[in-house]
Amino acid sequence: MNYLRLFGVYFRLSVMGELAYRVNFYVQLFQSLVELATALTGLAVIFSYTDNLAGWNPNEMLALVGVYFITGGIIGLVIQPSLEQFITSVRDGTLDFTLVKPEDAQFLMSFQVVNIWKLIDIVMGFAVLTTALIRLGNKVAAGQAVNFGLMLVTGTVIIYSFWVILASLSFWFVRVENILVIFQSMYEAGRWPISLYPGWLRFALTFIVPVAFATTVPAEALTGRLTGNTLLGAMAAACVLLAASRLCWRMGLQRYSGASA
Amino acid sequence: MKDLAVLYVQQFKTTFASMLQYRASLFIWMIGSVLEPLVYLVVWSTVTISHGGSVGDYTAAQFAAYFIVLMLVNQVTYTWIMYEYEYRIREGLLSPALLRPVHPIHADISDNISSKLVSMPVMLVIAAGLAVLFKPTATFLPWTILAFIPALFLAFLVRFLIEWTLAQSAFWTTRVGAINQVYFVLVLFLSGQIAPLSLFPMPIQILANILPFRWMIGFPVELILGRLSPTQALTGLGAQLIWLVISLGLVRIVWRAGIRIYSAVGA
Repeated sequence: MNYLRLFGVYFRLSVMGELAYRVNFYVQLFQSLVELATALTGLAVIFSYTDNLAGWNPNEMLALVGVYFITGGIIGLVIQPSLEQFITSVRDGTLDFTLVKPEDAQFLMSFQVVNIWKLIDIVMGFAVLTTALIRLGNKVAAGQAVNFGLMLVTGTVIIYSFWVILASLSFWFVRVENILVIFQSMYEAGRWPISLYPGWLRFALTFIVPVAFATTVPAEALTGRLTGNTLLGAMAAACVLLAASRLCWRMGLQRYSGASA
Repeated sequence: MKDLAVLYVQQFKTTFASMLQYRASLFIWMIGSVLEPLVYLVVWSTVTISHGGSVGDYTAAQFAAYFIVLMLVNQVTYTWIMYEYEYRIREGLLSPALLRPVHPIHADISDNISSKLVSMPVMLVIAAGLAVLFKPTATFLPWTILAFIPALFLAFLVRFLIEWTLAQSAFWTTRVGAINQVYFVLVLFLSGQIAPLSLFPMPIQILANILPFRWMIGFPVELILGRLSPTQALTGLGAQLIWLVISLGLVRIVWRAGIRIYSAVGA
């Protein structure tokens, strides 16, 4: 409960900070719209030649685009900006200030920066998703909606843990920003259903850089493709990765000695 | 001319050494430029299967050839100058470059070429790996290979000059992110990165012929894969030359105007 309140404080702080730069809202809105238009035009080009892609029809692909924007928005809202800030703070030694605070340092550093304009992506993603579901026509069963919510949370936990593990590497290596670039490049591949890719790439996108859990799996839940095995596997992966990220963070922290004098 | 040659030799020596230092970052940045064509390669091969073996005038194996060659051409011609300039101007790093008695674009060109010399061997290995996995088919004719060399060189120059001009927008605004994004979307669709241009509706193809983007990436790819007639190849080289002249003019005008309003930020 205390953590929720703290997150609220960080959120309020960044809202206050950003409201000074209101033009940023329009710039971000413009950029998000361009990104959405690009994704939709790309789909239109491809679906002018076919009516299904690896078994996904246009409306199901639209749902996947929606999920892609939602999870991308969640990552950009808090996970990415906070952990980037964290990496910088290990290098210049300002992590000291986080460590002396009387709360869990991993929590503080994971939610310290909120890029509120990314809420636009999340709202836009839900709008696309709703459009897709209306066009699909068949009602979403309550069970599917619950599974979708569950998989969205699971996917977010998996991506969060993955980022914490990568960011913790900064305790050992000074420059890890570039490693984060790997994730960003691979996340783009999550715009398409994972079943499309050849085996080795599917493996990489599931087990090495777990993009599949963030986009394909929640979309599968909504379009009724989710198997019990995937559901349980995703939840198990989330638990294992979360534990692993905590372990990496702890081990890294023991090496930290403060960078500045 | 001779002075410029001496200058380039020295620039290469220093930039090549510094690029070797950053090779790990170079390879990481490469992942994105491999993954994007790979994704569209997979998407289009999947479409061919549900479409009776071919889409437009491309079979799955020809799509493989198209996107693997596209990956290599893109690697040769791409630049990161737009990010670089925003940073330079925001941090006031342009000032030392202005003190030098030569135009700063020469240092940028040798920087770009050095990084490609370091990354190209790896890219070729990746291309060979993808060729084993996706079994592309293509026939290379002697004249297309011959014409490909100037086409690739011109594509590099036009793309470099246009992106260098665009990078100058950082003189006027701090919000270059939005400008760059629009530019990248145009490149994505109109240069043939998302699909060969022949798969687009006619109006888009005409637009692509008028704008510079096709001449920066798509044209050399189509040329070496033998998809163009000799007349089309010549017309294409002509279009590249026209865009070279236009972009050279743009570089001059925009640079002069930009440098006037630049006041060093920072120390």
